[in-house]
Amino acid sequence: MSDEFVLAARSLRKYFPTGASRMLQRPTDLVQAVDDVSFGLRRGTTLAVVGESGCGKTTLGRLLARLIEPTSGSVTLEGVDVTAASPRELLALRRDIQLVFQDPYACLNPRHSIGQSIGTPIRIQKTLSRSAEKERVRELMQLVGLNPEHYNRFPHEFSGGQRQRAGIARALALQPKVIIADEPVSALDVSIQSQILNLMEDLQASMGLSYVFIAHDLSVVRHIADQVAVMYLGKIVEIGEPAAVYERTAHPYTKALLSAVPVADPRRAAGRQRIVLTGDVPSPVNPPSGCRFRTRCPKADARCATEEPVLLARPGDSDTEHRVACHFPD
Amino acid sequence: MTLLSVQDLHVTFGTADGAVRAVQGVSFDVAAGETVAIVGESGSGKSVTANSLLRLNFGADVRIDGRILLDGRDVLAMSEDEVRSVRGRDVAMIFQDPLTALNPFYTVGYQIAEAFAIHHPGTSKKELREIALDSLQKVGIPEPTKRIDQYPHEFSGGMRQRIVIAIALVNSPKLLIADEPTTALDVTVQAQILELIAQMQAEHGSAVILITHDLGVVAEITERVMVMYAGRVVESASVADAFSTPTHPYTRGLLKSVKSLDTERHERLESIPGIPPSLINLPSGCPFHPRCGFAETLAGRCEREVPELRLVGASRSACHLPEDRLLGLLGGLS
Ligand SMILES: Nc1ncnc2c1ncn2[C@@H]1O[C@H](COP(=O)(O)OP(=O)(O)OP(=O)(O)O)[C@@H](O)[C@H]1O
Ligand code: SF4
Ligand code: SF4
Ligand SMILES: [Mg+2]
Repeated sequence: MSDEFVLAARSLRKYFPTGASRMLQRPTDLVQAVDDVSFGLRRGTTLAVVGESGCGKTTLGRLLARLIEPTSGSVTLEGVDVTAASPRELLALRRDIQLVFQDPYACLNPRHSIGQSIGTPIRIQKTLSRSAEKERVRELMQLVGLNPEHYNRFPHEFSGGQRQRAGIARALALQPKVIIADEPVSALDVSIQSQILNLMEDLQASMGLSYVFIAHDLSVVRHIADQVAVMYLGKIVEIGEPAAVYERTAHPYTKALLSAVPVADPRRAAGRQRIVLTGDVPSPVNPPSGCRFRTRCPKADARCATEEPVLLARPGDSDTEHRVACHFPD
Repeated sequence: MTLLSVQDLHVTFGTADGAVRAVQGVSFDVAAGETVAIVGESGSGKSVTANSLLRLNFGADVRIDGRILLDGRDVLAMSEDEVRSVRGRDVAMIFQDPLTALNPFYTVGYQIAEAFAIHHPGTSKKELREIALDSLQKVGIPEPTKRIDQYPHEFSGGMRQRIVIAIALVNSPKLLIADEPTTALDVTVQAQILELIAQMQAEHGSAVILITHDLGVVAEITERVMVMYAGRVVESASVADAFSTPTHPYTRGLLKSVKSLDTERHERLESIPGIPPSLINLPSGCPFHPRCGFAETLAGRCEREVPELRLVGASRSACHLPEDRLLGLLGGLS
């Protein structure tokens, strides 16, 4: 991986100890939240990370923003190893990678005015005077479609969509290079979701931002992603351009995810064949041997229980960026 | 045959900030065995409407007017005892979060049996256990003989929602109200639960009112849809019509905002501008007018006059636009 990537992850792992193993130190009791994840994010593009609850997507986002330390592996920002950064370097790196959360309340202090909250990163980095900060916050509010006159209002006086705009303004305050957005529209109403997605696209075009966009279903990211990674139990099972992942789907899990998305079209809903997976996602503490998806996979056979599939391009596929971890890809 | 007839329902909550007009003049019928969806954004009054059907929002400062006829009997005029005998027997409800519906201190088997025993006193312990086992089996809980004696926390989210469905259906209710039953679940599990609801409905012949903000879910399992906005029904139509020829600008906006799997990369999404109104300070006239791109073509009528539901094609729509324009809404803003 080279300089074309603004952000890159290499063999990233994060294992959390469970309650029992903290005392007994048994390696088998680790939650394998993120296990051997690698990818590269090109400048000015969007990588969507999609998966169900517990697949490790939020942990991955936090690793990328270096809110938590990886167990092993590395994250590089423009070639600089984030994971090996000194505390001083880290302050600068934090400026360049910002987070947007599902619940904007996570970054908006309920007792601070919205303007104060948006300006917090500027104050932490001490880059601007108090009055210049206010000016900058007003600009940011304008940029994300908030009325700058509402600077002194409190978070509870805004709707969910407006609070998410404030969360985005706050993330933009230090002119970051990369934004990690963890389910930024999941808590919003449909009509408002589109407003926020359009806003994010506009900001990307005008400011050259790169996004890691985390989502739990494939429909939301279809038209904003340049690359889609599907995760299952801590691992990327399929990655590629949307056209590849959606139209030349190779992994049985991606297929099931796609077919589970309710289609807002009664004729197509009636006509299609649906793959309904049995059971729930197994616990990441003791994931199934071999392929982690095998307990729910309609195609699983003996080899799947013993041999872990590696993320590779399909043999003979000219699109080598489209990779899949399955012994029997479609 | 009409099972439920809601007539001119009004629900208003008194709050410190003023009166919240959560539901205003909602009327609809549900036939026996029919599946109806109520869709709308957060705060549009879907849950308040549903809760009223079982009188679940008779809190401190609430005013309810109108009639809710269940098999011809007015739920709003019943005594507390009568309502209790309806709840769980004639009408059952499933909520978004299965954990709040289950008691953490009792086994799931006990809770299913109890739901049956309330309405069938004198059933023997042995029979009750049989019924609970049978219910668990039907909703697809693997190894029911082992699972019956476990507690809610020992089940995953999807399994818990299955148990809630088992409890709701144990008395074969005439009406099942499901308020966002899959919103808290993963997509692959959501697909399982929707299929289960459809299958159970076919088996028990219950009518279903499905409340959701997800138009995709509507298209999957229901026949008829009511769209709510700011406490009113703005459109009521068959699912096929609502999707192919929406007859209200708000329904059109919702359809256009749906992120479909086949949108092109970087295609611009249409969105409804602005935000839903405050129910304390509702806009004059049509509650949708501050966000409606069609309002200015009607010379101020939208700001003055509340549109009533009327027949447009085969649907009912509460909009002042002339019929031919409403039938051509998907064509655009012209
Ligand atoms: N007990 C109450 N006291 C005061 N206001 C209430 C009460 N219950 C509901 N409301 C208000 O009534 C309005 C309609 O609420 P309702 O819960 O029916 O919306 P909804 O359509 O179900 O929304 P959601 O999609 O968020 O579930 C909201 O503004 C809500 O805040
Ligand atoms: S490796 Fe086997 S179990 Fe895993 S996805 Fe492929 S076919 Fe299914
Ligand atoms: S009545 Fe007017 S404002 Fe309301 S939906 Fe129709 S055109 Fe729009
Ligand atoms: Mg609700």
